Amino acid sequence: MKRPTYYVSMAILSLFFVYPIVWSGWSSIRLGDAFSLDSYRKLADYGEGVGTYLTNTVILVLLTVGGTLIVATFAGYAFARFRFPGRGLLFVLILAILMVPYPTILIPLYVLLGWFGLQDSLLGLALVMIMFQLPFAVFMMRNAFESVPRTLDEAAMMDGCGSFGALVRVLLPAVVPGLVTVGLFAFLASWNDYVAPLILISSNDRFTLPVAVVNMRLHDFGAVDYPTMQAGVVFMALPCLAIFLLLQRYYVRGFMSGALRG
Amino acid sequence: MTNLLERVRPAQAAAHARFRRRRSPGLAGLAYAAPAAVIVALFFLFPLGLVVWMSLNKWPLLGPPTFNAPTNYAQIADNALVLDAVVFTLKYTAVVTVLLFSISFGLALLIQNRRPGVGFFRGAFFLPAAVGWATATLLFFGLLSDQIGPINDILQWVGLIDAPVSWTAGDPGLAFGSTVTLVIWRWAGFNMLILLTGLQAIPTELYEAARVDGASAFHAFRRITLPLMRPTIALVLCLMITGSLLGFEQFYILTRGGPGSSTTSVVMVIVREAFIRFNLGSAAAMSVLVLAALVLLNALQLAFIRRKTS
Repeated sequence: MKRPTYYVSMAILSLFFVYPIVWSGWSSIRLGDAFSLDSYRKLADYGEGVGTYLTNTVILVLLTVGGTLIVATFAGYAFARFRFPGRGLLFVLILAILMVPYPTILIPLYVLLGWFGLQDSLLGLALVMIMFQLPFAVFMMRNAFESVPRTLDEAAMMDGCGSFGALVRVLLPAVVPGLVTVGLFAFLASWNDYVAPLILISSNDRFTLPVAVVNMRLHDFGAVDYPTMQAGVVFMALPCLAIFLLLQRYYVRGFMSGALRG
Repeated sequence: MTNLLERVRPAQAAAHARFRRRRSPGLAGLAYAAPAAVIVALFFLFPLGLVVWMSLNKWPLLGPPTFNAPTNYAQIADNALVLDAVVFTLKYTAVVTVLLFSISFGLALLIQNRRPGVGFFRGAFFLPAAVGWATATLLFFGLLSDQIGPINDILQWVGLIDAPVSWTAGDPGLAFGSTVTLVIWRWAGFNMLILLTGLQAIPTELYEAARVDGASAFHAFRRITLPLMRPTIALVLCLMITGSLLGFEQFYILTRGGPGSSTTSVVMVIVREAFIRFNLGSAAAMSVLVLAALVLLNALQLAFIRRKTS
């Protein structure tokens, strides 16, 4: 392709992908023909108050990211360094989670969490989100531990560390990039997910941001407050866009790892 | 004396470590894998069994279940909404897979070579994929609305339409087109990135050799790019087909399954059956069928990939 043709078509394509996001930000601060932050003020008072929904979302994110990191670090260490009964079976089962479609398993999970007394709770929701993160997270952490030379933890054990000491003192610092990637994907999933909280959470004061903001569109028949809704969209999108721009390297690492190859 | 000790100690320590690893590796490994195993058992295997059991029962939202097999399965065949949803979901999957794949592959080819500014374009194409799926759907709902959305104004200004159009609720064809456009906007960059990793794994010497032999760009694409990209292409198609068959947000949020029930997908029917009609048993039966269909599809694709690569 000739140079000018190439750049003109690339610019048009970029416009198609970038314009809606720019428009969303623009429309959230534009009321009629003037600039205004009224949409954000209305968003702050929407429903139970956006602070409640934000708090719920942050609790869910902390539980999911923390839980995923702990479970996947231990499991990745186990798969990379130990032989134990059921090792192969467990690994296949964890990858099989990818084969099972999300919505089909949420209905029995709804019943199951009720039996555990975790119905309508952020903790129950977080446990489900951790389960869905496991295939990617465990695969990623196993590869991260495998790429660390064994001599490193053997040396630590010779110095008197147990396997746990070797993990914490020597191996963890060596797998930080893997931890960042796993944490990043767990954050994005729990911050953004709509279907699981929609089905597993029923009280308005426990809704996460996506469920609360989407309700502006679903429940106000005929009278959707569009600018406030776009303020909600911007509020949810900004952290994701910021993280994408700051941590692009880790995003791409997630893709390159082949962990998506379910 | 000290010299001797120092020489002996590492050997002893190594023997000690070897002994410790031989004594407890099974137990230690099990202990580290235990949290993951518990989560897989409680929140994956158990619900998998439960969904099958639920599908054999009349299972109301409240109150005790009663065994009624195979009523839930028999009723699916009589449910016109289900059959319409299956036909719609298959049509949607075919259209999205063809369009999304062509566009993602096209974008990947456009950005595969190093040129000034190409990193910027790659970031621009991927940007929508950084936003959450429900967030992106809601963004599009505003973008397409005739109240604050700019699309009607732009198209009227260009002269493509005479009067404002309802993109999500007026006409089944337009509502369908809107969901497809949304999916392409949000997912093209994501699939482009996966395809790009495949393209960049092809050794450039192959293309140079082909050029020396006088092969055209088209010929090189057909004889080098396509065959070597086969595993990546299979992966991307697999993700697209599965994702489309399970489509939910783009219908539930953007079109509400309408106008009428023209854009109601299979997963929407399942959710409606469970949480609006409070019939969990019947929803579980539909889930089991979807699950079986997808496992079969995945197995077929896996077999296909194996045969082609070996």
